[in-house]
Amino acid sequence: MSTLLTVDHLSKHFLLSGGLFGKERRLDALTDINLTVEAGETLAIVGESGCGKTTLGRCIIQAQSSSEGRVVYHPKSGGDVELTALSKREIKPWRQDIRMIFQDPMSSLNPYMRVFDIVAEPLRIHRICKGRELEERVISTLEKVGIPAEAVGRYPHAFSGGQRQRIGIARALVLDPKLVIADEAVSALDVSIQAQVLNLLEDLKTEFGLTYIFISHDLGVVNYIADRVVVMYLGHVVENAPTEMLFERPRHPYTELLLDTLPIADPLRRKVRKTEVRGEIPYLGNRPTGCPFNTRCKYAEDRCRTEKPVLRPIAGMAQEAACHFAEQLNLKGAYDDAPVKEIA
Amino acid sequence: MATETMHLDVTHPVAIKRPARESQFGLMWRRFKRHKLAVVSLWIAALFYAVALFAEFLAPVDPSAYSARYTYAPPQGLHFVAVNEDGGWEFGPYVYGYKTEIDPVALRRTFVIDEEVRLPVRFFAESKPYNLFGFIPLTTKFIGVENPRDPFYILGADRLGRDMLSRLIHGTRISLSIGLAGVTLSLFFGIVIGGFAGYYGGWFDSATMRVVEFIRSMPTIPLWLGLAAAMPKDWSALQTYFAITLILSLIGWTELARVVRGRFLSLRTEDFVTAAQLDGASDWRIITRHMVPSFMSHIIAAATLAIPGMILAETALSFLGLGLQAPIVSWGTLLQDAQNIRTLASAPWLLAPGVCVVVIILAMNFFGDGLRDAADPHGR
Amino acid sequence: MPLIPMDAKPILTIKDMSIVFSSPDEADIEAVRQVDLTLSPGKTLALVGESGCGKSVTARSVLRLLDRNARIQRGSMLFAPGDEPPTDIAKLKADSLPLRAIRGREISMIFQEPMTSLSPVHTIGDQIDEMLILHERLKPKQARERTVALFDQVGIPGARERADSYPFQLSGGLRQRAMIAMALACAPKVLIADEPTTALDVTTQAQILDLLRQLQADFGMAMLFITHDLGVVAEIADEVAVMYLGDVVEQGSVFDVFAAPSHPYTQALMSSIPKMARKADRVRLSPIKGTVPAPRDRPEGCAFTSRCPHAFEPCATVRPERTALGNGHHARCHLLTRQPAEVVA
Repeated sequence: MSTLLTVDHLSKHFLLSGGLFGKERRLDALTDINLTVEAGETLAIVGESGCGKTTLGRCIIQAQSSSEGRVVYHPKSGGDVELTALSKREIKPWRQDIRMIFQDPMSSLNPYMRVFDIVAEPLRIHRICKGRELEERVISTLEKVGIPAEAVGRYPHAFSGGQRQRIGIARALVLDPKLVIADEAVSALDVSIQAQVLNLLEDLKTEFGLTYIFISHDLGVVNYIADRVVVMYLGHVVENAPTEMLFERPRHPYTELLLDTLPIADPLRRKVRKTEVRGEIPYLGNRPTGCPFNTRCKYAEDRCRTEKPVLRPIAGMAQEAACHFAEQLNLKGAYDDAPVKEIA
Repeated sequence: MATETMHLDVTHPVAIKRPARESQFGLMWRRFKRHKLAVVSLWIAALFYAVALFAEFLAPVDPSAYSARYTYAPPQGLHFVAVNEDGGWEFGPYVYGYKTEIDPVALRRTFVIDEEVRLPVRFFAESKPYNLFGFIPLTTKFIGVENPRDPFYILGADRLGRDMLSRLIHGTRISLSIGLAGVTLSLFFGIVIGGFAGYYGGWFDSATMRVVEFIRSMPTIPLWLGLAAAMPKDWSALQTYFAITLILSLIGWTELARVVRGRFLSLRTEDFVTAAQLDGASDWRIITRHMVPSFMSHIIAAATLAIPGMILAETALSFLGLGLQAPIVSWGTLLQDAQNIRTLASAPWLLAPGVCVVVIILAMNFFGDGLRDAADPHGR
Repeated sequence: MPLIPMDAKPILTIKDMSIVFSSPDEADIEAVRQVDLTLSPGKTLALVGESGCGKSVTARSVLRLLDRNARIQRGSMLFAPGDEPPTDIAKLKADSLPLRAIRGREISMIFQEPMTSLSPVHTIGDQIDEMLILHERLKPKQARERTVALFDQVGIPGARERADSYPFQLSGGLRQRAMIAMALACAPKVLIADEPTTALDVTTQAQILDLLRQLQADFGMAMLFITHDLGVVAEIADEVAVMYLGDVVEQGSVFDVFAAPSHPYTQALMSSIPKMARKADRVRLSPIKGTVPAPRDRPEGCAFTSRCPHAFEPCATVRPERTALGNGHHARCHLLTRQPAEVVA
């Protein structure tokens, strides 16, 4: 497997103006993010709202500029493309390779454009084809995602949420991309539709040889679809591990908390939480010193409040965590919740 | 491969084969039609604009033709059915003639309607040659008396014995067109400036908005008065007309710029605009192809709602004697004659332009409201 | 603290209710067709279904909070709080005095988005004080004491000071807690929770679910919990009713329904959620084909016919009966009555 994308010491901060006379305040949305995306894998980025997962996705695809650090794309043709250093004009050809699927199937499709034009737009912008060829390519892409050719002349409002999401997927795929960033792509959908779209994403991945960055807050879905999981908290990567390792034995207390609070659709495995979930996510501008998670961590010690842990490999494994006690703590995973009693 | 295909829901039976090409204007029109008052208002407004367009043809006489014999002649009205002395009925349009009476109190000569005299009227009557729209020569008017020397004042006459109806019709042309031209001009400034501010944001946005706030915080009437007073007196009628339009749109653009900027700001964060950026589209393409179409209907509604303000402003300025000047006939200049309470008491028909103002303002407002509601995507 | 007898009689019984929406341009739409639900003190009934299935409409109808164009066409909602004869809420006028006496006091409701039910211009403390003054006729001082106690109970840290905050000053989780405090201010007999955790993050959701369970143990109220998330259902419910396009297709104890889903829709829903399993045990999801039809295209018979893998000839035209499967487990499916020997499981 070769590396497709490298995120190198990426940081993003926003400056909040304090009104006319107030002091400008700095909000760190991403702090020193390092990760690599291997070709062909599905990398999930998980975390709660405000953890920076969406910002990270948008910085990778350069929908937002980053403050520090680099995002480097390694195309098959060889060479390194430093996306963060390119101008708007220079980045345009690479936009064919890295595409995005949005969360909200309502607002991500222009209500005044017909489905055909929505999907054809990227082809027209990149002047890839026109006329009959364009028509054929658009229609075949739409058919691949399950939208019949008869429906291409309609406007988005004639479609249901799941169908719109399929159209959004077609728009991403029509340029034959290498990397697709799916930002909460199934969160807004009903369960039965969500399952359809998840299956579709899987099938398309094999068919087109895609690599996914799958941004989600739903660990159940992540366990199902991802090969590797990056857990974020308050703009930091706190854990980065192959899916099964992470769900088997998390190495960061925050991951444990996420897994513990995840509702499982099985009343026999109903959680009996011994320790109450502590506190709430602090406001981003009011981040604690030391480990960002120390205010809510039940294992926190003095060291956690003063010294910030760095993301490091644990016990020579493919698992990385940013916790001082990653080796010592025996954290609970999600798989070992054996059913309490057998189904009669 | 996705094996199963979408379920075509039958709730939208709009032509499946060839694009359900119900554009946004089609949708908007369908929603608009539900708004009865707005539809009626649309017809009223359309009627007014038609009158303005065909002013030369519709006006019975030249608006500046005066006749000292008929100063302040009261409205003759237009009658269609006459009852003869022998009880028989007679059809056909006619007006009554005038006779003079001496007012015993004021010792003034006044006209009263003489119901004894019937002056026959005919549609498409012959007239002196004139040019429609300035270049189509015609010798027919929509309406006229059979004998051109008979008095014909359906809505009465003014101080100089000029026909109120003809003047009103020509005034409609000036007043309505000034509203339209002013709004067009404001729309241009508003879209360009507001668009720039909303799309690029930053210092340009802040600066523009401060300017807009500054202009809007100035009391409009004194500002207009000042600007109008600064106009050279020796400008021709046409020059004044354009100068007034410019002055009116100077204020008008601010509101439209705010609307456009607001739409741009809210659209800029929409996912579909981000999607277009990620498609690699240029700013120009994003603005013209993705953003403008989705708020064009709002802009049209906002512009429609701005027209009545323009009309009122022109009327007010001219009424005060600072807008258009005497040889030009507009509702405002016509109302100047109605400034005097004494003339008003003896010749209330001079207020007719006021009635027109009220009707068209209400109609445009209802029409604009209907458009705005129809353009609102939440109503979908 | 009220003690709940084990075989408590139902406090709210909804029988064969149907709710119709009318609009001037189109034919009436029956948004809820045949709903039978029973709420018992100290128990939680989860109403689960996808968007547009009518679960929220059903919940709102209990408090008669329906829009003007909706009406309860058929059925009854018997509310029996004590020994007095039960009140049929379906028969009361939506704004009548007896209904207002029930609303907020005997039956209260919490929503997905607390901001919609909390007034933005009053402090949360004042809002609850006012309810207590109005309904319980307390003096302002006493009311504030009760409010602070309530805030403590729902786990708002620094309750006395927080009572003076405005809703926008609170985080989503605290806001939801404040709304729960408000809903519980008059110790209602029934609490309706309409997707109360959907807008929250998982860790906050867990806190709120724990809290609701705790409060139910303390107050002994019956709870009607609306959600689309089967995981949440498994966490909180004693009983579950599955809705699809206005019909309750299956209901029963949460253990029975999850262990042996008997309606094809319930089965399909269950196999649509990814299981928490290792890669080796991973099974491909089997989603339900197609999409939910619009209510006006709903088949006359079983609403699920158009997407059901087992549909056969009576399904499209004949409404399936509510079939008892033992132990209070019911489902509406023709398969259950056709071949009792070969029940699809």
